[in-house]
Amino acid sequence: MSTQQQEPEQPESQEAPEDPEMRGAESPVDEREKAGGDIDQTTADRSELEGETILIKVFRYDPEVADKQEPRFDEFHVPFEKGMTVLDAVMYARDNYDSSLTFRHSCRQAVCGSDAFFVNGKQRLGCKTQMADLEHPVRIEPLPHQEVVKDLVVDMDHFYDQMHTVEPYFQSEDTPDASDLEEQRQSRENREKVKMSTRCIWCGACMSSCNIAAGDNEYLGPAAINKAYRFAMDDREDADIKEHRLRILEQEHGVWRCQTQFSCTEVCPKDIPLTEHIQELKREAVKKNLKFW
Amino acid sequence: MYEHDVIVVGAGGAGLRAAVAADEAGADVALVSKLHPVRSHTGAAEGGINAALREGDDWELHAYDTMKGSDYLGDAPAVETLTQDAPEDTITLEHWGMPFSREEDGRVSQRPFGGLSFPRTTYAGAETGHHLLHVMYEQVVKRGIQVYDEWYVMDLATTDEDDPNDRECHGIVAYDVQSGNVEGFKANDGVVLATGGPGQAFDHTTNAVSCTGDGHAMAYRAGAPLEDMEFIQFHPTSLPSTGVLISEGVRGEGGILYNNEGERFMFEHGYANNDGELASRDVVARAELTEVQEGRGVNDEYVHLDMRHLGEERILDRLENILHLAEDFEGVDGLVEPMPVKPGQHYAMGGIEVDENGQTCINGLYAAGECACVSVHGGNRLGGNALPELIVFGKRAGYHAAGKDLGDPEIKTGYGDDVEDETETELPVQPGTAGLDSSGGVAADGGVTADAEGILERKVENAREHVDYLMEKDDGVQHAEIRQKLQNAMTDYVNVFRTEEGVKKALRLIRECREEYQDVYVDDPSRTFNTDLQQTIETRNLIDVAETIALGALVRNEFRGAHWRQENQIRDDENWLKHTLISWEDGEPKIFYRPVILEGQDKTYEPKERSY
Repeated sequence: MSTQQQEPEQPESQEAPEDPEMRGAESPVDEREKAGGDIDQTTADRSELEGETILIKVFRYDPEVADKQEPRFDEFHVPFEKGMTVLDAVMYARDNYDSSLTFRHSCRQAVCGSDAFFVNGKQRLGCKTQMADLEHPVRIEPLPHQEVVKDLVVDMDHFYDQMHTVEPYFQSEDTPDASDLEEQRQSRENREKVKMSTRCIWCGACMSSCNIAAGDNEYLGPAAINKAYRFAMDDREDADIKEHRLRILEQEHGVWRCQTQFSCTEVCPKDIPLTEHIQELKREAVKKNLKFW
Repeated sequence: MYEHDVIVVGAGGAGLRAAVAADEAGADVALVSKLHPVRSHTGAAEGGINAALREGDDWELHAYDTMKGSDYLGDAPAVETLTQDAPEDTITLEHWGMPFSREEDGRVSQRPFGGLSFPRTTYAGAETGHHLLHVMYEQVVKRGIQVYDEWYVMDLATTDEDDPNDRECHGIVAYDVQSGNVEGFKANDGVVLATGGPGQAFDHTTNAVSCTGDGHAMAYRAGAPLEDMEFIQFHPTSLPSTGVLISEGVRGEGGILYNNEGERFMFEHGYANNDGELASRDVVARAELTEVQEGRGVNDEYVHLDMRHLGEERILDRLENILHLAEDFEGVDGLVEPMPVKPGQHYAMGGIEVDENGQTCINGLYAAGECACVSVHGGNRLGGNALPELIVFGKRAGYHAAGKDLGDPEIKTGYGDDVEDETETELPVQPGTAGLDSSGGVAADGGVTADAEGILERKVENAREHVDYLMEKDDGVQHAEIRQKLQNAMTDYVNVFRTEEGVKKALRLIRECREEYQDVYVDDPSRTFNTDLQQTIETRNLIDVAETIALGALVRNEFRGAHWRQENQIRDDENWLKHTLISWEDGEPKIFYRPVILEGQDKTYEPKERSY
């Protein structure tokens, strides 16, 4: 079976673009011109996009399919609607032009963390990125520095392994029996202290953006360190456990690898101050006189 | 073939909690989920966890509120189990590190929620579900519980006795999304379905794309009845363009609803003279749509939810997430302008019929969470009651599946001598099978195979053939087209306001979807991460589940909770204090009723007029 498309059948309810031209990876320049030549169009004029189609260029790769074994870009013209996100655009392309177009997505509201893509050269969450805020055409690729499984789907196993390395679970031993209905006390200030770190949705954007992680496969990476921060700073765990956590973090591939480039912080869709958290853990390690690599 | 004592399908809040409980009870447990656990839709729950933790509150008040909220269609033993267990199970979450919002004295905060007589909604900002999901997953990691993530479960390996009550579930059939390999998973002690809601049966929903009712459909085709499927909650405050949820917490903190004339309509038009915006969700959803229908909607589509008067500090402290959602998904700054909201499909009160221990009528088959119906929510779920249900009944199902004795249940399951057959309603079309049935249903190839491995192998073989068939077929209809038609039918005709004619129309359209589905094919030729294949199978599940929702909506000719029928706009206690049950028998739905249990452990919940 070939992946080449016939003219798509348009569902009746959909407003079909006049000139679908959804394929044609061979001639990107021509395609760009057909799209109106507006590659520098930005956002100021969102309203001008109403009724227009937007060209997206989507990375394609499938190890099993002959004409997708060499990575390529496919082009799709997607009719713009107000509020359209990058996720909406790739869903439209999939549902109307090519059902083999593959990407992870689920909640559509920036909490499941499935759809971090590399959009116009930056890690972004597809469902949270407005098409109108991007330069056109919009280039959509899988997250860099991770193995591509197919199209926009990357292998997340290494990311999960790093998350698990920091023992990402509460370890307090002296907790009262739950049947006494006695909760542990935590001050509002302490809850506030860990609040941002608990917002992580494991999307992997930070890890993908990090030069250090790209060069050192064993580097824990910003997400895992932030996860450790979430526990290390939580007063409900006692001092011994906190020290144990810092020992995991200050090892050779831990916090000291970070060169404070802030790329992780810049791409985090949940605005977690990742670099600051890493810096704070470095200071904690120094305070504890832990070995300095 | 893989083998474990307990297999939990789905890794959201209920599935994770079931797995932890089964592990605690000594079982070798595995989680099998089409998503990595942290991607599950529990993470989108915003508001909180109802639990009677504080002086002045007790489980009996919580039970009373829940029975009233259910419009007296909750079963008292289920409601009392929920409300008695919720405090301890909530505190357990706190001990596992859940970052709850806190009071000055360091205790966990609670806030008012709709339909509650006490502010007992325990919360972590406006992202309670996110934290619950991650805390539960942390416990799974801590215990080293095996997770098969991105495995899509296609079918149950159930024996095929004539009476579903005699059947036994021995495992599941799933395929590895990454490789496309179909494999069997033998469950020595039990299978727990925790697959979440069926929201994708509707067009405008707060639910994730993954909420496709897979567990409902598999259990249904294996012979376990689906209960009260007509009761669908439409959340009053979803964003109009995407369906993204704006938490009830906004109204809990004092947010106000206005129509296009600036009237606070919940009071000014008399929908809820006491509780106003904090009336039960069904009441508020109907009020909003009535405002729109009577010409007082904004842009003829929605109403306004205003929280500006709460002040920036309080909003940032308790509802910050809402600001992000309104900005990112509707382009509205909740600090400077009111947010547009309208009702969106949100939750299924009904589901796979289970008892208080999470067990279905099929031995070894359990269900917990939104896919199950114990029933605690009856005709309408109160805000803040879904998350405690996940942890309370997820835990119980996990324990029971692992062999822990939880006592005999009071709730009965399956077809039996306490049920009454549906005889009155005329169906507009023949529901049920229209071919292409090898992904489910009880394999009917003659002799009964009692041997668990034999059954599983046969089911694996069926599933492989089914996948091959879908992949090898070269043309036909694609699932996206059928799914859209189905979603439109449900949103157009089985929405907040329902009429007999409308629901019949929906059943005809569902029938068309079923027939079109006979010609469905998968265009993507690859076995690697084939989401086309997965969504095609999901669409079949959605058709079956949507049909049960519409059938329930057709037979129940009354107005109770979230289910409103134009032809009989009263709560008809004389005829309808009973659950609707629909089971799949020889490829056709069979409809029957079981009386609701209003007798609690030491009192009876007498139906009262439900006003807020």
